[in-house]
Amino acid sequence: MNLAVKAVGIRKSFGSHEVLKGLDLEVAYGEVLCILGPSGSGKSTFLRCINHLETPNSGYVWVDGAIMGYALHRGALQELPIRQLRAQQSQLGMVFQHFNLFAHRTVLGNVIEGPMVVRGLSRAKTEARAMELLEQVGMAGKASSYPSQLSGGQKQRVAIARSLAMEPRVMLFDEPTSALDPELVGEVLEVMRNLARGGTTMIVVTHEIGFAREVADRVVVMIDGEIRETGAPGQVLSNPGDPRVRSFLSRVLA
Amino acid sequence: MTQSPPKPTSALSLPDLPGPDTPIRRLRHPGRWLSGITVILLLAMIGRAFAVGQIQWPVVGEFLTAGVIITGFGWTLLISACALVLGVVLGFVFGIMRHSENPILRFAAWLYVWIFRGTPVLLQLLIWFNIALVFPRLYIPGLVDERMVDVVTPFVAAVLGLGVNEGSYLTEVVRGGIGSVDRGQKEAAHTLGMTPGQTMRRIILPQTLRLILPVLGNSAIGMLKFSSLAATIAMGEMLNAAQRIYFINGAVIELLFVCAVWYLVGTTVLSIGQYYLERYFGRDTAATTSNRRWFKGWARRPAVEGEV
Ligand SMILES: Nc1ncnc2c1ncn2[C@@H]1O[C@H](COP(=O)(O)OP(=O)(O)OP(=O)(O)O)[C@@H](O)[C@H]1O
Ligand SMILES: [Mg+2]
Repeated sequence: MNLAVKAVGIRKSFGSHEVLKGLDLEVAYGEVLCILGPSGSGKSTFLRCINHLETPNSGYVWVDGAIMGYALHRGALQELPIRQLRAQQSQLGMVFQHFNLFAHRTVLGNVIEGPMVVRGLSRAKTEARAMELLEQVGMAGKASSYPSQLSGGQKQRVAIARSLAMEPRVMLFDEPTSALDPELVGEVLEVMRNLARGGTTMIVVTHEIGFAREVADRVVVMIDGEIRETGAPGQVLSNPGDPRVRSFLSRVLA
Repeated sequence: MTQSPPKPTSALSLPDLPGPDTPIRRLRHPGRWLSGITVILLLAMIGRAFAVGQIQWPVVGEFLTAGVIITGFGWTLLISACALVLGVVLGFVFGIMRHSENPILRFAAWLYVWIFRGTPVLLQLLIWFNIALVFPRLYIPGLVDERMVDVVTPFVAAVLGLGVNEGSYLTEVVRGGIGSVDRGQKEAAHTLGMTPGQTMRRIILPQTLRLILPVLGNSAIGMLKFSSLAATIAMGEMLNAAQRIYFINGAVIELLFVCAVWYLVGTTVLSIGQYYLERYFGRDTAATTSNRRWFKGWARRPAVEGEV
């Protein structure tokens, strides 16, 4: 098993409120991991710690041979300069609940922004690749539209293409369908299903139990900043050991 | 419990209902006619008062295109443009500094705003004009070594005074604009690997610019008018030129009216430019702004082709 991500003892507090209480997690290449848990349990914060949008108070995340945000130096974690941190962050694609498409750029402009600015590739080269990605998420026809002219489901598919354009090692999804009207959820999940089939390594925070059951290789349940249950979806979802996990699942499955 | 249907207020039974093509008569608005005519009458009276008043309209017409006035207007435009550019540059520099992680940079930007927004612009103009009293020589080793009075001409003083003052206002505008760009935009840029500088240049500032464009338009218009203050520091812009003429020929009101005409021409052109600039930068939110017109009926084309 080839590890892609390994989180070690992640702790995070906001003020005196300890949101993450020492989380450990391993994700292998090609694996699809779904994180479930009640609202406020710290799922988003954990995901944001993994790609250093939030800096953990202690603990660290190892991604493909390097520790995010630090260099190991004489037994201590030395903070990296911002430029190097950003280079590491670009190895992790992130899809947000509220899409966060660049409002002043067209669909195509959104997708080529990363490769052009961060990788320094030419526009011609990136545009061809970007159109392939837009094709893949079914948005090639809207390449010259602006985000404000798209539906939520379309925005999220563009956001996925934008992340993929950086050819990340791992894709992180933070409730990618929670802000969508019910009839638009399916088109986004379909794109994600295809990614999973193609072997993309994915960490998905979601409330879509059906998606987790069908697509996830492994499911993790977080409650109050701790991982309370982890295992194959069939086992965790139908026969959880932890009583609090059982009560959470019975609520969402009801 | 059964509920009886609500009784219709005026009895119109079903067999009496008119056909689908029954003509519709619009409601009359006699009040609108009345108020409209009143206003037109008032305007006519004011217009007549000026027409028969102690103004020699031929003199107004004569000086409207006089060389001195036109040259003055040229200076007015030049001062305004230079001061506006200076103000915008300072506004962006200090506005970005207000968002710096470095508290000393933040403080410096705050101090700038505090001083230059907190004192009258006329006072600042006079201080710039007399700056040689404080620093008789401008000496930057290896670069400049000159008498201050030669460097800070009335033109330079006007541009510095108006531009630095405008910059303090625009600093606050830019700071607010940056702050109101959704935080998610920055996070998305970071996850793509963009550095803070790249994020600012490519993601935050373009969106800030669109937000503050209406304010910049007002700044440009305001600047054109405030440039008349430079008349007080012997800068030969339009108002100063007009004053020098009427000191000689005594046609005070006539020459002030000439200035008013040219200022109106300038501000009107700027307003039209502002409308088109806003439309251009607003094209990503065209759906929400396409119904807003700079002046109703001025531009009839839809903001974006194919927009519903
Ligand atoms: N920037 C912040 N400052 C202060 N508190 C925060 C911040 N971000 C998150 N929190 C708190 O941390 C806790 C966990 O938040 P988080 O967003 O990680 O939960 P979540 O599991 O993603 O919930 P949801 O399912 O509603 O998205 C919450 O109590 C929240 O109020
Ligand atoms: Mg969340």
